[in-house]
Amino acid sequence: MTAPTVDGATTGAPDAPRTVSTISWKTPIALAVVLALYALLMLLAPREGSARFALSTPTDFFQIPVYVIPGMGTAWVCAAVAAALLVVSVLATRDGRRTPLWVTSVYAAALLFGFLAWAAAGSPRDLSVVGLLGGAVALSVPLVYGSLSGVIGERSGTINIAIESQLLAGAFTAAVVGSLTNSPWAGLVAAMIAAALVGLVLAVFTITYRVNQIIVGVVLNVLVIGLTSFFYSLVLVPNTQTLNSTTRFERLPIPFLERIPVIGPVLFDQTIVVYLMPVVVFLVWYGLFRTRWGLRLRAVGEHPRAADTVGIEVLRTRYRALLIAGAVGGMGGAFYTVVSINQFNREMTAGAGFIALAAMIFGKWNPIRAALAGLLFGFATNLQNVLSVVGSPVPSQFMLMLPYIVTLFAVAGLVGRSRPPAALARPYTKE
Amino acid sequence: MSETPDRHSADSSDNRLAADMEKVDPAADPGLAEALEQERAREADEDRWQDAFHRIISGGWAVSLGAILLAVLAGSLMIIVTDEAVQQASGYFFSRPSDTFAAVGEAVGGAYSALFQGAVYNFQAETFAGAIRPLTQTLTNATPLIAAGLGVAIAFRAGLLNIGGQGQMLMSAAAAGWVGFGVTGLPFPLHLILALVAGILAGALWAGIAGLLKARTGAHEVIVTIMLNYVAFYLLSYFLATPGLMQAPGSANPKTPPTPESAQLPPLLGERYNLHWGFILALIAVAVVWWILNRSAVGFSYRAVGQNPRAARVAGIDVSRSTVSVMLVAGALVGLAGVTQVLGTVTTGFGADIDAGIGFDAITVALLGNSNPIGVLGAGILFGGFKAGGSAMQAAEGIPIEIVLVVQSLIVLFIAAPPLVRAIFRLPQPGSKPKKKRSQAARKEVAA
Repeated sequence: MTAPTVDGATTGAPDAPRTVSTISWKTPIALAVVLALYALLMLLAPREGSARFALSTPTDFFQIPVYVIPGMGTAWVCAAVAAALLVVSVLATRDGRRTPLWVTSVYAAALLFGFLAWAAAGSPRDLSVVGLLGGAVALSVPLVYGSLSGVIGERSGTINIAIESQLLAGAFTAAVVGSLTNSPWAGLVAAMIAAALVGLVLAVFTITYRVNQIIVGVVLNVLVIGLTSFFYSLVLVPNTQTLNSTTRFERLPIPFLERIPVIGPVLFDQTIVVYLMPVVVFLVWYGLFRTRWGLRLRAVGEHPRAADTVGIEVLRTRYRALLIAGAVGGMGGAFYTVVSINQFNREMTAGAGFIALAAMIFGKWNPIRAALAGLLFGFATNLQNVLSVVGSPVPSQFMLMLPYIVTLFAVAGLVGRSRPPAALARPYTKE
Repeated sequence: MSETPDRHSADSSDNRLAADMEKVDPAADPGLAEALEQERAREADEDRWQDAFHRIISGGWAVSLGAILLAVLAGSLMIIVTDEAVQQASGYFFSRPSDTFAAVGEAVGGAYSALFQGAVYNFQAETFAGAIRPLTQTLTNATPLIAAGLGVAIAFRAGLLNIGGQGQMLMSAAAAGWVGFGVTGLPFPLHLILALVAGILAGALWAGIAGLLKARTGAHEVIVTIMLNYVAFYLLSYFLATPGLMQAPGSANPKTPPTPESAQLPPLLGERYNLHWGFILALIAVAVVWWILNRSAVGFSYRAVGQNPRAARVAGIDVSRSTVSVMLVAGALVGLAGVTQVLGTVTTGFGADIDAGIGFDAITVALLGNSNPIGVLGAGILFGGFKAGGSAMQAAEGIPIEIVLVVQSLIVLFIAAPPLVRAIFRLPQPGSKPKKKRSQAARKEVAA
């Protein structure tokens, strides 16, 4: 095998020799617009009183007192910080440089903190930071696994709109098998198999029969919703005791670590499916970028003809990728029934597969970034829950809308250009 | 055989026969020559039939039929495995298998007869008017499916996949509904027209966002439309949950007030049927889309961009403008679907589920209709019938209506993969030649 040829065709670094840098004002403009909206909100709806942030839980090593800070004051300080960062971005763009990532990150964090201070101002209840972050981790589990499923499939050249159906199939199967065997582990494995089967159907139609990948994905979503709802009403509902009340994974607190304030309850008092998450993210990243398997997979997704020329079996590689992707997605689906609540409900994934898809794009088809985007979207969803506890003035619908709006901004070019694998959506025919 | 290429087509058996004829001297044996001439005419005639038959069984229609058959079979299987009578009878299958088969027949037959009676013609009705009621219900259900299906189809012809039917319908329903119950004092046709236009515009604008983002930033329209679906859903939920915006006064439910009479689409066949003038609007939309796609310059540019954007750009077509404009048209059509829902079908006030999954069904309708307006009309009526029959089946036989989703999605999956259907039914693949058996006989005759 001639390694240089493969490298040249696959690592996706053709932009290295010619660096064409165009000055794009997209980032500063977007930052300015967001800041203006934020300031407008603060001006139009000022809130009295202070915000209370609780950082500790009773089991921690040491207790941190509840922080009480003035709501509006903090909000305006954060706005000032964000404005300063906006200036940095404008200057960088004027010099023909890209806005550094830390600028956008700190900017986002500042506005988020200011927003929290504003929203929690005047509330008698403490805003539990642990609840906010811990819930975010839990809610992001299906998003992270789903986005990883998307990354593996799309890196090999197949669009996976069917993440939603993989999650749903996984949730259904995990509930049934978990109930029959009384073992959440069996449920988890069954979910992976079921979702891999969905992946197999996707593979058969897109790879062998070369049907438009988006169409197959959309149709598979409808098909799985139909199948699971049908069997749910006819089979699961009459037999809830035997078929739809599974044992769940217990929380596995890690000794000592779980008692660190904030971090402990958030990261080290979770279930095995959550602990597996970083492991799987790392494995997928390592597999894709550090192994022969990943190199071949990406070759097939970027330039199948070149991959074929050097002897890589394009179709088989794609099949295998979609099966693995399905299994990973199934782990996310199992979360719904063997971790979150112990039974299946009609259409219980409620669009999480599409948020996972968004996370994958937001994460630029990179497993680590996609997982981080999944966490971010989980956070946005949980923010809504926490704020409704504190009695936030923001209608919950707008908070729920947030991940989708963020994704719209992302695909429109706020967070750099998302470049999909070159051969995405193109079926391969050997000549 | 190759010596007579100019006189005969590539059809090998024709050539063979011709070669045989050339061997015979007509002057020496006029009878034989005549017989051969007749034989040849007869064979050409049969060839034509055989060709036509071959074209039918290898063409799109056979595949569509095969796909529908397979999907219905799968649906039957689902009914069989969940039917209690079948389960009981299969418990003693080996002692009395006939019981199982009888139960299977009863379950499947009952289901599909309920489906048919709920979708087309109710045999149990006393009067003819009652008997055709299901058919009118089918057409009522088909109305938004046809309109939204056209919206997906026209975008598809321009190479864009409009997954945003749900969002476009919700926004158009919100706009039309708001004009419907929010504006008062307008007389009947004016109020209706205003609500119609508002709804269609809202749908067009919502889809236009996706078109604009695609044209300006290259954002993939599938992702953008999916995201816009959720944004529209939460936006409408917010409107519905907020008193003073769209929530019915004095109510705590997220539901709008009813649509006033002056903004309603009048019934098409009298008050006793649900069918309303929206169906006529959908038919007009079919004609308009047909005209746009096949007779207008705009439609030509859509199709050109859909076939090959680069070539279209070279030919002087403004691809960005075409992208935005086709999304506007698509959104307007999907908007029509939303409008017919709130001004015709659901006039008692609506919630955030007013789209009723039509936005996604529209994708399957467009695919089944092969993205051509007439096809969309047929597919819309078929799926409207499934919907009407599905509810009847749920009521009569206790079979969940979700089975319709399964059957529909399987139909589309199979139709999208013709080679699979052809392989299952052993239909010939297109481009293959029908097998000829007659020429052998003809040759033997000559030899004798």
